This record gives sequence, C-alpha cells and structure tokens, in this order.
Amino acid sequence: MKKQNNIVALRHFFGDALACLTKGSAKYHLWMGVLTFLMIFGAFAYWIQLKEGLVVTGMNDYISWGLYISNFTFLVGIAAAAVLLVMPAYILSDVDFPKAVLIGEGVAVAALVMCLAFVTVDVGGPHRLWHLIPGLGYFNWPDSMLAWDVIVLNGYLLLNLCIPFYILFSRYKGVEPQKKLYQPFIFISVFWAVSIHLVTAFLYAGLSARPFWNSALLGPRFLASAFAAGPALIIVILSVIRSQTRYQIRDAILHKLALITTIAAQINLIMLGSELFKEFYFPTEHSQSAIYLFFGLHGHNSLVPWIWTAVILNVIATAVLTLHPFRRNFKVLVSTCVVLFVAVWIEKGMGLIVPGFIPSPLGEIVEYFPTWVEIGVTVGIWALGLFIMTALIRVAIPIELGTLRLSDKKLE
Amino acid sequence: MSVKIVFNHVRNMFSDKEEKKTPTPPKKKSCTSPNCTCSQPSSAFINLDLKSMIGSQGMKNTADDVSTGIDSIIDSYEPDKAELPEDLTTSCGSGCGCNNGSHQTQNNQKTGVHQLFDKKVDRRQALGMLAGTVGAAVMTTGCSSIVDPKIKEKAKLTWEEYFKGNFRLMTDTEKNNTVKRLERLTQLNHRFHPEIKSTQARKNVLYGYAFNISKCRGYMDCVKGCVKENNLDPETGMQYIRIFEMKKGKMSLEGADGNYHHEVPVEGNFYMGTQCFQCENPPCVPVCPVSATWKEPDGIVVVDYDWCIGCRYCEAACPYWARRFNWKAPKVNKEKVNKQQHYLGNRVRDKGVVEKCTFCIQRTREGKNPACVEACPTGARIFGNLLDPKSEIRWVLANKKVFRLKEELGTEPKFWYFMD
Repeated sequence: MKKQNNIVALRHFFGDALACLTKGSAKYHLWMGVLTFLMIFGAFAYWIQLKEGLVVTGMNDYISWGLYISNFTFLVGIAAAAVLLVMPAYILSDVDFPKAVLIGEGVAVAALVMCLAFVTVDVGGPHRLWHLIPGLGYFNWPDSMLAWDVIVLNGYLLLNLCIPFYILFSRYKGVEPQKKLYQPFIFISVFWAVSIHLVTAFLYAGLSARPFWNSALLGPRFLASAFAAGPALIIVILSVIRSQTRYQIRDAILHKLALITTIAAQINLIMLGSELFKEFYFPTEHSQSAIYLFFGLHGHNSLVPWIWTAVILNVIATAVLTLHPFRRNFKVLVSTCVVLFVAVWIEKGMGLIVPGFIPSPLGEIVEYFPTWVEIGVTVGIWALGLFIMTALIRVAIPIELGTLRLSDKKLE
Repeated sequence: MSVKIVFNHVRNMFSDKEEKKTPTPPKKKSCTSPNCTCSQPSSAFINLDLKSMIGSQGMKNTADDVSTGIDSIIDSYEPDKAELPEDLTTSCGSGCGCNNGSHQTQNNQKTGVHQLFDKKVDRRQALGMLAGTVGAAVMTTGCSSIVDPKIKEKAKLTWEEYFKGNFRLMTDTEKNNTVKRLERLTQLNHRFHPEIKSTQARKNVLYGYAFNISKCRGYMDCVKGCVKENNLDPETGMQYIRIFEMKKGKMSLEGADGNYHHEVPVEGNFYMGTQCFQCENPPCVPVCPVSATWKEPDGIVVVDYDWCIGCRYCEAACPYWARRFNWKAPKVNKEKVNKQQHYLGNRVRDKGVVEKCTFCIQRTREGKNPACVEACPTGARIFGNLLDPKSEIRWVLANKKVFRLKEELGTEPKFWYFMD
C-alpha cells in the first residue's frame, strides 16, 4: 500500500515540478528563453564540429587542449565547492546553512553536467565513448587518471542528484527526511568532493612531459581556488534568489560564505606567490611556460594581458573581501564575488591549460586562439548549466517554502 | 529486439576477455610476403639459414619479459647469446628474420590470408553477423526495396566494425575478420583495395634506432619517405618526423628551427631528427582511459585507431611531441596511397583519432627497414634488433658515445643519437 502511494507521489512530484517550471513571470520566461536560444546556437556549432572534425576549433597538435578543457577544469572546482555548504549543514549541524545547502547541491549538479558536456565535446569520437563503460569497453583503471576522473565525476553527480532528491521528495510528501538514511551518503560526498578536484589536478600534475603542470602544488591550489570561486558564485546566486523570491536567506549565511571565500582567496594568492617565486627566482628551461604566460616568449604574448587581468582582479577582490566593512556591505560583496569568479575562471581555465602546451616539448611556440565554433559550443554548454541550475532551484524553493506539497486529495 | 541482439553481441565480445589475456602458447608468425627480398644495399643483410631460424624459436626470453631500461634489457639477453644461432646474429640490421618466407611453412598458427579459409562461425560471430544485418536494416529502412546493395553492405560492415572490441584483446579469428571488413570498407569508401596485415611481433626482436648527428644534412628525404609510406594527410601536412636545424654550440632544442625552408646544409648549423622514440617506459600508454594504445612485444608503441576515443591525453603526456591527432578526416588519394598496410600502422584513419610513428610496422614486421631509413641519402639513420648482438644498432651502442633526449624523465627511449 505504502509502496503504491510512493509511486503515485512520485508521479505527482514530477508533474508538479514540470508545472512549476513552465509557469512563471515574464522575466523568468525571458531568462529561460535566452538560455534556450544559446543552447540551440551551441548545438548548431557542435553540429559543425561533428561534421568537420575538431579542425574547426583553434586547437592543433601543439595546443591539443583548449577552451573546452579549460572550462572543464574550472567547473570541477565549482562542483567541488558544494562541500563547503554540505559539511556545515549536515555534519557540523550549523543552523544557517541548511537553508542554502540544496542550492549549493543544485549548483554542483549543473557544474557537473557542464563538466561532462565539455569533456564530451572535446573528444574526437563521442560515438566511441562506450569504450569507457566497464564490461562493455575497456576501462583503464587504475592506470589512467582520466578513468579516475570518469568515476569521481559521475559518482559525485549521482550523489548530488540522489541526496537532494530524497530530501526534497520527503518534504514534498510532508514527511521529515530520515537522517540515518541520507547521512552516510553525506559523509561519502564530503570526501568525494575533495577527491573530484584532486583527481582532476592529478590528471595534469602526473604529466612529466609538461613541467608547468608537473607540480605538487597544483592539487592544493586547485582546491583553494575552487573554494574561493565556488562560494563566490553561490553568494551571487543566493543574492539573486533573495531579491527575486520569497525565500528567506538570512544575512548570516552570506556572511559565513563570504568569510570562507575570503580565506580561500587569500590562501590561493599565497600559493600563486609561491609558484611565481619558484618559476622566476632562477628560471630554468622548465619555467618557459610561466615566462610565456606572464611576460611572453620570443615575441609571443597573447596570454599576457589575459593573465595579468586575472592576477589584478584576484588581488583586488581578495583585498576588498579582507576588509571588514566592504565584505559586510552586500552590494560590494556581490560585485566582488563576480570579480573573483571571473579572475579564477581566467587563471584556472585558459591561464592554466594553454601555457602547459607552450612551448611544445620540442621547444616550439605556437599560440592558441579559440574559434567562433569553440566559443559557440562553450556558450551553449554554459547556457545548459544555467538552465539546469535555474530549473533545479525553481523546483526546490517552493518545496522548501512549503507551498509545493503533495495534497491528500491527489493520493485518493 | 534489435537492441537486445546488439547488446548481446557486445557483451559476448568481451565475455572471454580474461581468457584472451592469458598468454597463449608460443606461436610462429607467417611471413605473408614471400617475395620479401630485403633489398637493403647494406652488406649486413644476409639471408638467414632456415633451420637455424626455426631453432631460434626455442629461446626463452621474450621482449616483454624485461621491463627495465634498455641496457638491462640487452644485458638480460646476454646469457642467451650462446643460444642464438650464428646465422641469425648476422641478420639484417632490422633483426627481421626476413628469410624469403619458406621457413615458416611449419607454422601451426595461420595469420593473414590463410586464416580466412578456416573461418568457424561461433555463437558470437553469428550474433555479430545478425547485428550487422539488423544494423543494415535499420539504416536503410524506408527505402529498402530500392536501396543499392553496396549501401546495404557498407551499412552492415560499418555497424559490425562499430561494435568490435579492442584489437589487443581480439582472437586471431576476430583480427582476421576485422581486417577483411576493413579492406572491403576501404574499397567501398575510397575505391581502392588495400592489403591490410595484422602480423604480430616477431620473437626475440626489440627494435631500436640510432641517429647519426654528424651525417644528417637536413635534406628531409626521410620526412617525404615517411609521409608517402604512412599515408599521412597531405592537406594538413601531418609529419611524424621533425628535423631541427640547430646552431652549433648548444644541444638544446629551445631556439632550434623545426620549420626551415632554405637550402641545406647551412654552415654553422647541424641537424637533428625526432620522431616517436618508442619508449620502453612510455608515458603516453598508461594515461589512455580505454587502453587504445600499448607497447607491443617488439617494443613498438601502437594505437588501435578504431578503439581510440580521441581525448588526446596521450598527446599531452608525450615528452617528445610524437603523437598526432586527426583534426579532420585525412584525405586519401587512391592513386598515391600505399596499399601495403597494417592494422596498427598506415591503414586509413578516421577523423578524431590519434596516430603516431610505428617504426613503419607494416614494413619492419615483414623484415624491411622503416621508410625513413631507406629514404635517408646520408646514412644517418640506423635501425635494427637490439636483441641481436651482431646487429648494426648494437655495434653503434657498443662503440659510439650515445645519448638520448630527456633521459632524466625515465622514459627509456629506444632511439639514440651519436656522432662520428
């Protein structure tokens, strides 16, 4: 009897969610419409890439990873940052964070979908991806760090779909979610979050062929920058939710998140400084990539303005966040978070991936410029991520508010 | 229903993976090119005595027994020197055992064309065929009554190819079936008939290469020979070999010119070639998430073009910039194409897969030298069997001061540079 009720409830849950998604203000429809248009544009660009091959991108045998993998790397960090909400909310029993944790998990799901999409558009044979499925294909685990990455990313996606779904579905039914059912998975997901970003860092750090990445600091630095950019994004999203919906988000949540962001941004800067010292105190042949990135090499300097923008934005944002009065001013906080987010996106995206390939292992310098197809696909995937995030939050909020509930009438 | 059949097929394809991994009893390979005359001018090329060649099959060690450095590999073979028949040790530099074929008629294992006549249809193949038929039906639905039988055949073969397994895990029958399908598909898609081989590594062979910096004049005939032999895409200008023009006075590749367009040699410069060094400890192999690339028993690092997903992790992992990606579908010119092909070598590649120098696997496994060695007019390139103490390459290693690029990375390249 109970089981049958659950199935009916599930059907109503998805029905109500769909209704919730399709109804809304003009502003909401405009937002989703723009995202849909961008997604269609991205799909069109991807279709061209599928037909012609990756030759339509700016990548080549010298720069074999570009904009796609840069965004992938950055977004893994955003996904991992959800742990900063999960841990205080579920494990440390913080009183404020439970309000924001579902939104953090929604951001993680969207970021992971984007990660998987970026990897898929980057491979030359997406139709052969079934070769990765253990049993059917040949999964080169544990040798390949990419195989590890496939496991951790998909596993983390699964965790971040299942835990919030269970909690939301229970609330929808008007039942309190049972802690002993979901708590074990929360513990797993905390470790998993750290591992997704470390594994992604090891993917690069393990390559002795690329001295720019082959550094023990890469993993910790990935975590620090992720724990700066992730909460920064969540602060921005929470501020938008606060201004657009009836969902009450207390100042304390934003203050706590801002503090986390500040500390992570500070640690990130320390690590940047330590890396710069190592590269430039006595530059060797292994410092060539860093020289190319920060100062240009033999007249090639396309990334120089790009990385200095990131460094300056990073320093400004960290300085502003460090100062108490600025951090506690919400207008300043939100704009600083945007600045920090962009800075980390540059630094950890193109600023990390592209110089790894320059100069080539044989000392040749070829620069990288993304094409419109590549940019189109990238914009499309970001639109997809924002679309998913908006949809998840849109359903979660009325359930949390208690306005979206399974009525007894429906069950009869 | 069709989906079920396809999945059964796929599952079956991998069900006996374990069994296939276990080492099979030593088998001999047939020289499918009985007219191999080994036309090398070098006096080191001596046709082998047939009996002694057969006798050499009794040697215990194989190349993959040893996983440490090259020196230790060679050292580990020293005790076996006595077992090496005299005639074999004076074989051609490539250690190929090119011996005009007939000695291998005693083979119990048949490869190449012979096996096609022995085809036994088991359950798995039957499913494969069924899947193929279903695939063809699916792909031609709607116009099945008027459809060209060639299109149907192409669809069926493409479908069967799509669901095949990793080459390294295939049985010999599967290997021969896929080769047959690929030959037919090349005929249908590119209108020429290649001869695709799946010749396995020879016993007691570990290929090595030496490059004489004193002799190279930068003519780039090796590059041309390589492009022609390996059917590299002329439109993208893909090349496996790079020749760097270097200023005298330093040995670093930084600042070297790998893209010169002027008369050579230039006074004050010297020339240094790179290609895949077929590392004994290749960093590109473990990174592959699907094991589409591996080191063969004769030391050649190969790529299964049909298994590669095109993630390019191996390209990032190679410290010698030896791997190339097919950013577009390579152009195939049916008049100029080299029809003597190998599954792991110069056959037609699809877009979106990685390829690399294989020491011309289609030539070397038939007992010939790689195309770059043949093409070099100065004699700067020496290729041979590292396990053969009398080979030219062993002479170079024993008598010249050699070095390798980036030895500090521990990749153990099987490609040495030396000077006169």
